[in-house]
Amino acid sequence: MKSSAGLQFKTFALIFIMIIFGPMGDVLLSKGMKQVGAISNFTPANLPLLFSAVFSIGAIWLGISSLLTFFIAYTLVLSWADYSFVQPASAIAYGIVALLGYFVLGEVVTPTRWIGVLIICLGVLMVGHTPPRTTEHS
Amino acid sequence: MLREVVLLLTIVVAGTGGELCLTRAMKTIGEVQDFRPLSLLHVFWRALQVGWMWVALLLMTTGFFALLAMLSLENVSFVVPVTALSYAAGALGGKFFLGEQVAPLRWAGVLLVCIGVTLVWIGKG
Repeated sequence: MKSSAGLQFKTFALIFIMIIFGPMGDVLLSKGMKQVGAISNFTPANLPLLFSAVFSIGAIWLGISSLLTFFIAYTLVLSWADYSFVQPASAIAYGIVALLGYFVLGEVVTPTRWIGVLIICLGVLMVGHTPPRTTEHS
Repeated sequence: MLREVVLLLTIVVAGTGGELCLTRAMKTIGEVQDFRPLSLLHVFWRALQVGWMWVALLLMTTGFFALLAMLSLENVSFVVPVTALSYAAGALGGKFFLGEQVAPLRWAGVLLVCIGVTLVWIGKG
């Protein structure tokens, strides 16, 4: 009983970490890239300059760290929890990113975009309610 | 506009292609049952011997840089939701590249995602 409660706590703690760190990573990357400015020159000669500009910004490194934290939590939780149980977290993440963009970065989000985000969340949830494995064990 | 479309397609195709190659590489390795750090390092080392893993790393890196470029041009509340289009690419790739059976409910979900992405794109203003 105790171990079952422990497992449940561990699962929800890691899903919570995923829901927080995934969207936060995207928002931090966005904040960092806004500091770099709109990239218009994609020529190979410009790439080293672009590379050093991008990776000299703290928000980019924080974003990468957040996404790594998300990835580690996701990998760990999938080692014992069902994919179909964990996957809805990625559906919620689309909504959270839009909310963070609106409240933290002050982005303008039109009603059509909110409806679109909601439908995407529903679509991702629906994808998650299908069998996670359809091929034979090798 | 064209630049955004090319970047979105790069994110979706390279990102999903990378994940499909990663899946193929990990299926070659076999199911991971020992999660001790040393064993995981061994799994990681074995994965690096598989060609598909290198293709996966290359594609996922390309997808990541395309995401950064797109985030320099557009708002995160637009960019991240439209990348959900990767669910459509994933379903198609899973069916034709990995030979998975995609359930009708999953196709319905993919269709909803596509409708949502269209609305987000229209809502860009």
